[in-house]
Amino acid sequence: MTTNGWIQILVFLGLLLAVTKPLGVYMSNVFERRRTILDPVLRPVERTIYRIAGVDETREMRWTEYAGALIGFSFVSIAGVYAVLRLQYWFPLNPQQLPGVASDLAFNTAASFVTNTNWQSYAGESTMSYFSQMVALTVQNFVSGAVGIALAIAFVRGIARKESETIGNFWVDTTRATLWVLLPICLAGALFFVSQGVVQNLRPYDTATLVEPESIAANPDDPDSQGKTLETQTIAQGPVASQEAIKLLGTNGGGFFNANSAHPFENPTPLANLFSMLAILAIASGLTCTLGRMTGSPRHGWAVWAAMLALFAVGLTAMYWAESSGNPLLGGTDQAASAFQSGGNMEGKEVRFGTTASSIFGVTTTAASCGAVNGMHGSMTPIGGLVALANMMLGEVVFGGVGAGLYGMLLFVVLTVFIAGLMVGRTPEYMGKKIEAFDVKMAMLAILVSPLAILVFSAVAVLSDDFGTSSLLNHGPHGLTEILYAYTSSAGNNGSAFAGLSANTPWYNTTLGVTMLLGRFFLIVPMLALAGNLAGKKAVPASAGTFPVTTPLFTTLLASVVVIVGALTFFPALGLGPIVEHLLMLAGETF
Amino acid sequence: MAKHETTKRISIWDPSIVRTAAIGALLKLNPSTMWKNPVMFVVEAGSVLTTFLCLRDAIAGTPGLGFSVQITAWLWFTVLFANFAEAMAEGRGKAQAETLRRAKVETLANRMRSDESIDVVPATMLRKGDRVVVSAGEFIPGDGEIVEGIASVDESAITGESAPVIREAGGDRSAVTGGTRVLSDRIVIVISSNPGETFIDRMIALVEGAERQKTPNEIALTILLSGLTIVFLLAVVTLQPFAVYSGAPQSTFVLVSLLVCLIPTTIGGLLSAIGIAGMDRLIQHNVLATSGRAVEAAGDVNTLLLDKTGTITLGNRQAAEFLPVGGATEHWLADAAELSSLADETPEGKSIVALARRRYGVAPRDTALAGSTVVPFTAQTRMSGIDLNGRVIRKGAVDAIERLTSANEHRPPAELRETVERIARSGGTPLVVAENGTALGVIHLKDVVKGGMRERFDQLRAMGIRTVMVTGDNPLTAAAIAAEAGVDDFLAEATPEDKMQFIKSEQAGGRLVAMTGDGTNDAPALAQADVGVAMNTGTQAAKEAGNMVDLDSDPTKLIEVVEIGKQLLMTRGALTTFSISNDVAKYFAIIPAMFAVAFPVLDALNVMRLATPQSAILSAVIFNALVIVALIPLALRGVRYRPMSAEAMLRRSLLVYGAGGLVVPFIGIKLIDLAIVFFGLA
Repeated sequence: MTTNGWIQILVFLGLLLAVTKPLGVYMSNVFERRRTILDPVLRPVERTIYRIAGVDETREMRWTEYAGALIGFSFVSIAGVYAVLRLQYWFPLNPQQLPGVASDLAFNTAASFVTNTNWQSYAGESTMSYFSQMVALTVQNFVSGAVGIALAIAFVRGIARKESETIGNFWVDTTRATLWVLLPICLAGALFFVSQGVVQNLRPYDTATLVEPESIAANPDDPDSQGKTLETQTIAQGPVASQEAIKLLGTNGGGFFNANSAHPFENPTPLANLFSMLAILAIASGLTCTLGRMTGSPRHGWAVWAAMLALFAVGLTAMYWAESSGNPLLGGTDQAASAFQSGGNMEGKEVRFGTTASSIFGVTTTAASCGAVNGMHGSMTPIGGLVALANMMLGEVVFGGVGAGLYGMLLFVVLTVFIAGLMVGRTPEYMGKKIEAFDVKMAMLAILVSPLAILVFSAVAVLSDDFGTSSLLNHGPHGLTEILYAYTSSAGNNGSAFAGLSANTPWYNTTLGVTMLLGRFFLIVPMLALAGNLAGKKAVPASAGTFPVTTPLFTTLLASVVVIVGALTFFPALGLGPIVEHLLMLAGETF
Repeated sequence: MAKHETTKRISIWDPSIVRTAAIGALLKLNPSTMWKNPVMFVVEAGSVLTTFLCLRDAIAGTPGLGFSVQITAWLWFTVLFANFAEAMAEGRGKAQAETLRRAKVETLANRMRSDESIDVVPATMLRKGDRVVVSAGEFIPGDGEIVEGIASVDESAITGESAPVIREAGGDRSAVTGGTRVLSDRIVIVISSNPGETFIDRMIALVEGAERQKTPNEIALTILLSGLTIVFLLAVVTLQPFAVYSGAPQSTFVLVSLLVCLIPTTIGGLLSAIGIAGMDRLIQHNVLATSGRAVEAAGDVNTLLLDKTGTITLGNRQAAEFLPVGGATEHWLADAAELSSLADETPEGKSIVALARRRYGVAPRDTALAGSTVVPFTAQTRMSGIDLNGRVIRKGAVDAIERLTSANEHRPPAELRETVERIARSGGTPLVVAENGTALGVIHLKDVVKGGMRERFDQLRAMGIRTVMVTGDNPLTAAAIAAEAGVDDFLAEATPEDKMQFIKSEQAGGRLVAMTGDGTNDAPALAQADVGVAMNTGTQAAKEAGNMVDLDSDPTKLIEVVEIGKQLLMTRGALTTFSISNDVAKYFAIIPAMFAVAFPVLDALNVMRLATPQSAILSAVIFNALVIVALIPLALRGVRYRPMSAEAMLRRSLLVYGAGGLVVPFIGIKLIDLAIVFFGLA
């Protein structure tokens, strides 16, 4: 750990704090339909969309209708993406003549992009046509993010409203989230990325002649393989910058290229890297401020933000420590930080980022349910990998995905308030709303879904040689972590991969796809039910006897509840994965 | 009140209750009742499973049976201890009920036939609507309403208060309770309920737990605990595949042990005991509640409606000071005031005499002063006084005295008006004293606020509860008394309709309201209030309308009721936190033990340095069972409640039960491990 590293971390956190309030205030204006500077441009567009779609923008929905609209919309989206991927060969903008995508992979990818997961069982440059990337995937990058924001806003309305039957209009919220929030920022972001050297074109891949031809030796285990010499290199390219901006801002994480943000055409410079990380957290962070403003308690928003930040900071410190400490088994290698190298465990990391920026990115992308990576998580030290895994296991609430992070965290807030309320001797209240049996039931249901999907599917996978463990590159604890990571990433709608697991098989494509759908919709439905129920309640005015949700004590308790629920659920599994791997590493054994 | 606590408090480990509870614990193993408590049901299912496996191993002669049998035994103990806690709480409830029931002595009743003739029948034969005659020395055969006569009644059997109370036909003091005794006079009562259905009968049934239903908050908490149980069930069930993958498959005994240790058995086992104990604590305060829901609601109360008279003030106006005007001295005024009140038997009159003697050193005199003529108060003169040796002393309202003085052409000094107005403004009642037609000064009569009320209201405010005083006084007087007593608000010139309106408007704002009442005209408000405490001296209508009855008829008891409600929820919260915090230590005990063979490096997590894998697992299971027993007293007594802000209270609870819950099991499991090694059990 170096001073330079800590300065990078502090600058990043400082910038995050700086964007939170302006963005939060702007979003509360957008969703409470107050005037914004973009209205003259966007209002006509918005009205046209509603006129074409036949949406009455003044009509509000009960939670059941809201959920119905969401599910219908998502189902159509999945079907649409699936169709485009299967039929991409016949669509235009396919200069590489890429064939249609296999059915299990197309299902997995459709589920993945619609649920804002962006798990990629494929390598983009060799699987997806430009048309698929732009029409199927980038569109979903926008709308899946917009849906997440809409849901968070609906939940916040549920908390803020009193004796109301409705929680907003799904179509209006999604449209406004796209037009007012995602589009303008992405437009600016894409231009910034281009300025940093990210490519943006529709050309066929270039072929370059290597300055120094490279020989590849034959694989001794494979009698069919032959050694060969490479003289040319195919340089994949395409409309990258436009997808890059929304990939990060919408916490999608699906890279244009297989190497994702480690690829120099996606994330060329340290400045682009800093901007990327900020884009990942910006909306999730800003939404806490929106929560505060819409509920009339700005301090509550900051208290929730502080809980997220605290969990983030703990994870970041642990990962940065683990990664910069390097690998003790490489005793003879110089792993110290110096003027010429960032030091630490550089396996799977880009030299232009070093251990610090890779650690911040690793924590950011897993905390925020983004899934973009600028280094390989499977190559991290066991503790570094543990942090990435734990961030997702906490339920993607450490900032979390756009919208999803906030509503996920608010489920924990409901639980926290329930337990705290009991301890102060009152029927628990949140913003004056009594938390009763139905509310606890819905919150528990929503929180139960992820562990259920992660543990059950992982348990089945580790038992099967045929379809489960056969995909593993590494065995032992590291192999267990690879499988756990894949399901955790899917359930949390994160999408980052631990590498090492060949997930493009019918079993993994299907079960991971199902896990993504469970992690998204089986959480959203109880969450909306809770929102609808809260909206209908009377609010009790706060008194000295009410547990305040604005204080450091609340922040501490909220963070503790998140950690305790996650830790108690996953400790045994983590114990056999990264924890034992770490201990074995110290004893001199690796996998 | 304190007296009842001592007389009615039953020791936690009362032998007869413990004996009954031990049997009850076994009876409660019936799965059809167990499943209502999902957490303990899982433990029971686990126990059955391990018992079956023990039998199988015993038949097959598998080695290591000692460990399996011990684990199984402790799992059963876990279930039994939880059942025992519930049975203990019920037993205490029954014991409380028994003391109440003892009041219901088997008596004979003098039933009146329609022709007014008397027919002696056993009290159990009385039906609703029967008229009975009760004379001095007889027991009242059942709950009813006096329709004729007035009597003094000894209600000590149910209230513990030895002083007799007056009960009379008509008005708010007409209700009588079966089992109480008429001390004087003769009354006719209309029986208001059939045998076994009296108010007390119904309350007793509730206390005994026969009709106990889960309260809303208890249901919510049960859902939370069930959710956690499912999470742990998942974590443990899926651990086996991970263990198999890692080359370290686990025995069912170990997995069931881990599961039982992780699921919130501490709170799950004690939850219903806490609820029952809450009702018991109310009874210790001589308050009967119609439902656990009412007790819970009491903890949530935002606004407390308190009648001024009898609750906040002593109920009588008392002389507070003498304010002379004109040339009169204080002593002169005191002397005249005392003389004028010697024959005045009202509490006000007595207080004037007492004040004059105590504070102004007026020598005591006999009432029957030679040559004196007492002039009694009449509605016409609106004055009273005394004529003595040429001194004509009168006291009365200011306008009455002014009429007197102006008739004598002694103009009252302007000072008099000012003094009178000042007293009126401060909420007091001015009483002017005149001698021979000259105003001497003013007696300040004051509603005396009971001692310690201000402190109690301050405490309530710290708890976030607003107190509102209800009075028939004019707003000026009401404001003054409200300020003196330290209540937050007042409702002056209040009619029962105003009260009702006030409750409704508070509730519309989302607030919960508690009130006390005794009159029939209080009944609608009592029914409307979230917590309505009827006084036992009140009418049947009032008692039926409220959801609690205070046998002592002490309106200030509302404050204790609120505290008991809070204590109930706090106890649940504290034990939930404790239970969940305990899991951390249990993981550190069990996980390294499970994988000690496959991954010796995991011994780094064995921070307690437990001796062997078997002893570690056994210690955790034993700790988990014993902690239930250890916490039974806390569950039954409730956690200590101190009025303070929610924030401060939470901080304290988290420190005690959260941090304590983290640390205690580390120590406890280590000690048990040492004991196990010492006795060579594993």
